[in-house]
Amino acid sequence: MAGTTLEDTVITTRLEDVINWSRKNSLWPMAFGTACCAIEFMGMAASRFDISRFGAEVMRFSPRQSDLMLVLGTVTNKQAPVLRQIYAQMAEPKWVVSVGVCAGSGGMYRTYATLQGIDRVVPVDVYVPGCPPRPETIIYGIMKLQEKISRETLDQRKEHIERFYASLDRQNELQAARGCTEFQAVREMVLEAGSRGDQRIW
Amino acid sequence: MIQPPASFLPILVLLLLAILAGAAILVLSGVVLPRFLKPCNPRKGKLTPYECGVPPLQEGARHRYSVKFYLVAMLYILFDVEVAFLLPWAVQYKSNLASFWMMVFFVATLLVGYVYAWGKGALDWER
Repeated sequence: MAGTTLEDTVITTRLEDVINWSRKNSLWPMAFGTACCAIEFMGMAASRFDISRFGAEVMRFSPRQSDLMLVLGTVTNKQAPVLRQIYAQMAEPKWVVSVGVCAGSGGMYRTYATLQGIDRVVPVDVYVPGCPPRPETIIYGIMKLQEKISRETLDQRKEHIERFYASLDRQNELQAARGCTEFQAVREMVLEAGSRGDQRIW
Repeated sequence: MIQPPASFLPILVLLLLAILAGAAILVLSGVVLPRFLKPCNPRKGKLTPYECGVPPLQEGARHRYSVKFYLVAMLYILFDVEVAFLLPWAVQYKSNLASFWMMVFFVATLLVGYVYAWGKGALDWER
């Protein structure tokens, strides 16, 4: 062992890097499947494409146990507060991947009933295009998310989520003040943000 | 050979130390450290029961509801028995007065219960 220095046997790193490394390799996805993208998601999870190679195979269909929300499909305005509620109920820290053009921008549903992109109501980390995207595209999206996780700081993610909680508080206040339903409150917030020129309410 | 109790003192000390260490680990990881490390954002939307994202119809699984439901179920069984008796009797009824009066007595018995239930307000649906 002559000539071996400490640098040869000891790896030094930052705590943030280690935490992010463990976070990115143990994503617990929850499928918010509303349309055909959810079928591609099944293919992605099954043996042929096999998302478990990327450490994200533990599917949980409860927000309490998951930290990666895959929004798979069209989200209507009526579903917008549902999406927000489920995102709020997820374990922290949490990430969102918008799968398919419907979730990303409303897609071909350029109608009054469809939310024109889920990023108007929840913070989205990665957008996967396609109608529907192939399973390997979704996997690529998750790989991109892993890259993003390994680059971000812990405080960034914390503030990111807290910004959403602030918008949830605003929604609750609006509901209480108007005595309206959560659907009306979210719709009003979306329209108000649109009139300001913003694309999002969080 | 009987050991004097004092020779088991080290085991007692070891047991106490084990309990202390276990309790310290539990308290440290369950109470002290989470206060600094765990993200904690409790609020209305997050703490409500998960019912697929829609507002829950009732607060929690231990929600209490009126026992009126059971009353209705009991009344249903009562009149279900009446119908179950009446139907085969009506099919087999061949102008037999004896069986007619028997059935009148049976229905009248149930009628007393019906009037009693009505008078008690069991038929008014309240929440």
